[in-house]
Amino acid sequence: MNYVLRRLVHGLVLLTAVSVLSFLMAELAPGDFLADLQLRPGVSEETISLLRARYGLEEPLPVRYLHWAKSVFRGEFGFSMVYQTAAGSLLLPRARNTLFLTVTALILAWCTAIPLGVWSAHRPGGIMDRMAAGLSSFLLATPTIVLGLSFLLLAARLDFFPTGGMSSLDFDELGWAARLADLARHLVLPALALALSSFPVIYRHVRAAIGEVVDAPYLRAARGQGVGALRLLFGHALKAAANPLISLFGLSVAGLLSGSLLIEVIMGWPGLGPLLLESILARDAHVVVGAVLLSSVFLIGGNLLADLLLFWMDPRTREVR
Amino acid sequence: MRLRRARLWLAVTVLVLVHLAALGADLIAPYDFSAQHREFAFAPPTRLRFFDQEGQWHWRPFVQTQARAGGAGGVAPLRLWVKGSARQVGPWVVETRLFGVEEPARLFLLGTDGFGRDVFSRLLYGARISLLAGLFAAGLSVVLGFVLGTAAGFYGGRVDEILMRFTELFLALPWLYLLFAVRAVLPLELGPIRAFVVFILIVGGIGWARPARLFRGVAVAAKTQEFVLAARGLGASDWHLVTRHVLPQSLGVFWTQFALLVPRFILAEVTLSFLGLGVGEPVPSWGNMLASLRGLQVLVSYGWMLAPAAALLVVVLCYEPLADWLQQRTKAGAA
Repeated sequence: MNYVLRRLVHGLVLLTAVSVLSFLMAELAPGDFLADLQLRPGVSEETISLLRARYGLEEPLPVRYLHWAKSVFRGEFGFSMVYQTAAGSLLLPRARNTLFLTVTALILAWCTAIPLGVWSAHRPGGIMDRMAAGLSSFLLATPTIVLGLSFLLLAARLDFFPTGGMSSLDFDELGWAARLADLARHLVLPALALALSSFPVIYRHVRAAIGEVVDAPYLRAARGQGVGALRLLFGHALKAAANPLISLFGLSVAGLLSGSLLIEVIMGWPGLGPLLLESILARDAHVVVGAVLLSSVFLIGGNLLADLLLFWMDPRTREVR
Repeated sequence: MRLRRARLWLAVTVLVLVHLAALGADLIAPYDFSAQHREFAFAPPTRLRFFDQEGQWHWRPFVQTQARAGGAGGVAPLRLWVKGSARQVGPWVVETRLFGVEEPARLFLLGTDGFGRDVFSRLLYGARISLLAGLFAAGLSVVLGFVLGTAAGFYGGRVDEILMRFTELFLALPWLYLLFAVRAVLPLELGPIRAFVVFILIVGGIGWARPARLFRGVAVAAKTQEFVLAARGLGASDWHLVTRHVLPQSLGVFWTQFALLVPRFILAEVTLSFLGLGVGEPVPSWGNMLASLRGLQVLVSYGWMLAPAAALLVVVLCYEPLADWLQQRTKAGAA
């Protein structure tokens, strides 16, 4: 338990540091929403200073940070000047959507990369290996923007998939089965684009990790005892090679989040990405900080999950250092 | 093995050519990047023809001018060293362009955008911004990473602790979110040159974290080597130890990281400009050239507007074997 606790505390400390850093950056930025507001001819100097006082912008920085941190714990994430509401009410639904898209893509990417990687390592130089290697090289070099645009083009040409959004207009009137189908139809292309963007890295690591153990004496012994190829590869080799892959799982979350930012903006998925972009352009400071903070929550959460998984899988990590 | 070698050479050749074309944009591009041909908005790529209407073959390719009201279309041959609008290249004023056609014919090799600006010319000028931004930003991060990482590894103790905590903080954020957060701090509207410099500083300022960790590892390993200890015992200064003993051992990591980071940062520039947070109009970058494709109609109807995406793909694809090769070489050197 010691190890898990330590990782948890570490994650929390890191999160606090990230929140301080991002809050500082947003507050120290030259110009803010009110400064932009001042450019309007109908808004007087006094109004601005009144608003400043009302929003508590005159207070010293540490006090403002504490106020903001408290509101984060209430789930409000500060105040959105643009929408005149708690930033949390904008951020949380978007964060849920981002999570939904990312987790789907994560599952898709891992579920294709593991079998392909294992098989490639099993038959190096075979036709599967060479095809998968070529594909992964190509995908690795394909920028996410290009991937997103091509999928958008595909959606527009095929006419079957929607070209944006997460649900159709009549979503509320549909039955639950139709709702599910509608959601799936909106999800397919963004999730596929995102999964493809993270597939090559995962595939290469799986192939390398399995390749390292596949000729190990204990596996040859198991083969000699008549263990079937499938069981040998997925039961024994994969288990032996799991350690670096679990660490990679945590890291792949980071890549996916960055990718999903772009994919969301390009393909019109209502996640954190478009909100972040909008709020940067509108100088909506607390929304920017909130989006960055939430992304880091996901990332640290992913790493924590990987750590826990490692703890569960590998008894060596359980020994107290 | 030989195939790999060939791939590497091909990649290097393409990269050199692309960069030369970008540097020579003033000479090669048929039009200025901001020259608008308003009556040719979203014109498809001009076809170079060799056969005229009678089926006669011409050795010099020509283009067909559009038939307009009050006149039949004509032909205009493609010429080398044509006179175009004058422009300032460093201290010189240049009027010559490498190739072009005479007015009223137009030569749009890759079509035009919504303002009737030549996509091919903009692609060349845009390459300057996007490719150089990647090179400079990668250079800055690797140098910063070397200085800070080596300091951390070499001195250890408090310096090490603080610097490594910092890198951890940077790596705890998804890279694009971090980039956006830092970009949000700075004024939104910047002139093109300012935006370019700001981009390099931002990316250099946050991109050093990962290389720094690698450089730290090299420095930690290097400082306990016997010949380094011996040099220290003979009274060598820290500066001498770092420059003569740690630096040479770091060079492998240095070049590998550089080759890995350049395409990444080119993409970062393209991404920011694509989303309107980077270099702005009318100066082209591959990113802001792609921005109009966010409108579905442009994407579906005017396929040639995707040219920067294709160029981007080629450049990134070419950096991969280069980074691979460098990585292999350093591994071989280490073993």
